[in-house]
Amino acid sequence: MNKKVEAQDRRILLSETVELGEKTNKGQTVTDPNVLFNEMEREASFLTGSEVIRAAIKRANLDVSVAYPITPQSEAAALIGELYAEGYVREYFRGESEFAVMGQCAGASFGGARVFTTTAGPGTLRAMENFPMWAGSRLPIQVCVTCRGINSPLSIQPDTLEMYYLLETGMLVWHAETAQDLYDWILGGFMVSEQPDVHLPLALCCDGFFVTHTKDTVMLQSDEYCIPAYDPYRSPVPCMDMECPPIRMMRDPFIMKSNYISYMTHASWQQEIHAAVERSRKHTLPIMNGSLIETENLDREILIVASGTAVSQGREAIRLLEEEEGIKVGLVKIKSIRPFPTEEIREATANAKTIFIPEFNIKGWLAREVKSILSNNERVIAGPHVAGGMTMPSEVIVDEIKKSLGVAGPRLESRG
Amino acid sequence: MEQYQVLPGPEAFLPPSAASMGITLPDPGEAHIEGRIVDEEEAYEYAARKLLGAKVPTIFPGPLVLWKWNEKAAKKAKAIRELAEAMPARLIPMADYRPKYPKIIAELEINPNHPNLTIWHNKIDVCIFIGVHCHQANLALKIIRGGTDCYTIAMCAQAGHEDACMSFRDISLEKIHKLTATVNKLKKEGVKSQAEPFTQFKMSRQGRIEG
Repeated sequence: MNKKVEAQDRRILLSETVELGEKTNKGQTVTDPNVLFNEMEREASFLTGSEVIRAAIKRANLDVSVAYPITPQSEAAALIGELYAEGYVREYFRGESEFAVMGQCAGASFGGARVFTTTAGPGTLRAMENFPMWAGSRLPIQVCVTCRGINSPLSIQPDTLEMYYLLETGMLVWHAETAQDLYDWILGGFMVSEQPDVHLPLALCCDGFFVTHTKDTVMLQSDEYCIPAYDPYRSPVPCMDMECPPIRMMRDPFIMKSNYISYMTHASWQQEIHAAVERSRKHTLPIMNGSLIETENLDREILIVASGTAVSQGREAIRLLEEEEGIKVGLVKIKSIRPFPTEEIREATANAKTIFIPEFNIKGWLAREVKSILSNNERVIAGPHVAGGMTMPSEVIVDEIKKSLGVAGPRLESRG
Repeated sequence: MEQYQVLPGPEAFLPPSAASMGITLPDPGEAHIEGRIVDEEEAYEYAARKLLGAKVPTIFPGPLVLWKWNEKAAKKAKAIRELAEAMPARLIPMADYRPKYPKIIAELEINPNHPNLTIWHNKIDVCIFIGVHCHQANLALKIIRGGTDCYTIAMCAQAGHEDACMSFRDISLEKIHKLTATVNKLKKEGVKSQAEPFTQFKMSRQGRIEG
């Protein structure tokens, strides 16, 4: 059961050892994230998504980043390398492969460092074994997943299928729609995933190319300020100790002992990881403007429910439908996939008669997720879908909705 | 669906985590009693009455207070001993988190991987977890709820534990003293400890000190 947590006046909780106002070695002022995120003046910048990642990391008081920039890649990892050269990131190096990178990130995090890396597509899958290991070891590493195709024949274009593989790793999984989301959530993500009752890795996903390679206006705070450093003494597990779990379990696993208690401990361990995902809800609210979803015009009988850049395409489809056909449609933007906003979506869709879920992947995993939590889920239409790097013109969503309503007219595919 | 309550077990072969059943942790200044969020002030007396009403009240101090990492840990350890003497309650240490093979010595230690063995062996009906890393505490609390009828109280220095039957958060030296003071106040008001007589064992790094 996923319970909705009320926003109230929630604030980001800080470690008692944080010394606000102190200067970093680069002269940045350590600032209360509640002030930095919500009260501090911002200025507009026109940046690519990769440049936005650099801008966020510059303010993230980051200890370690490990990169495996396979060609073709987004510029993000290379731009973090520039920050290392400038002294904003304390350690930075190139791993031997995506798998090695994620293992090296784990090592740094076990040692008490704040760690950030990026990956995408086949890289995400090659590194996959590490993600449940991170979660099981309660390592609050942040990985920015700039989603792209994963299957042969390979594609460097956006496709969100890799997110489906991440859903039950025990990581927090968020899906940014815009470069602004990406910027705000990188910084806020550290604050959520490092809470002692959460202390889990975060997969911050965005749609590759559409977000990483295109320019957008992003509101940034001054880079004279940064968030407080990570406090490893709040970790729910001891720092790395070869005799204690989880390290002890890696060389002497419970499951090697064939008895009920060993199995029970392992099962309880898994439950605790997913309990920690649930606990992240209330810490995420101050980062995501008070809710894990965003809604527009819920009084309408037709809704588009989406995440990532499918939300942007949905917005434009809603405008076209209203202006050209007089058809009124509402919108639900899902920001967090894990934890999943079950109660929020139930409430938001309570009056909808038809729910469309456009997705940038062939299987429609988000539609499955939504169908699994709704009563009368025949209301949910899983589509439209595109995949393998195809764009999703807003007209495709318009066509899908018109077709469902039986509204006649020329369809997009007829244009050739 | 009715609101889940975090009650003593035995609950199930594999009970759910309380968080997965919709139980949320208290915010600063709050505690939870069986999953219900209450003002922290209310929780002191509730905990004190539970402890005084128990036949085998027991405190499980974990490594964060058993070892002198810093002066604060040492002061907390002393305060915990005063709390144990006030009730009175047994002290059974959770010195670290290593699985113990072939078996633990249940009268002398508790381990997060099979805490039920210590609860069963000593017939513990109310216990306090304190100074245990949060992940390990949650693991143990859930296993205890699954297989025993022990009422669990968590005194957590961080965000609290929804897998305990009741939980404080942000526990400091002052808050430990406050629980001790509440126990003493209730005793002065006539609430009698129901604890069965016992002799507290003592341990060194080498094991039990006889005599």
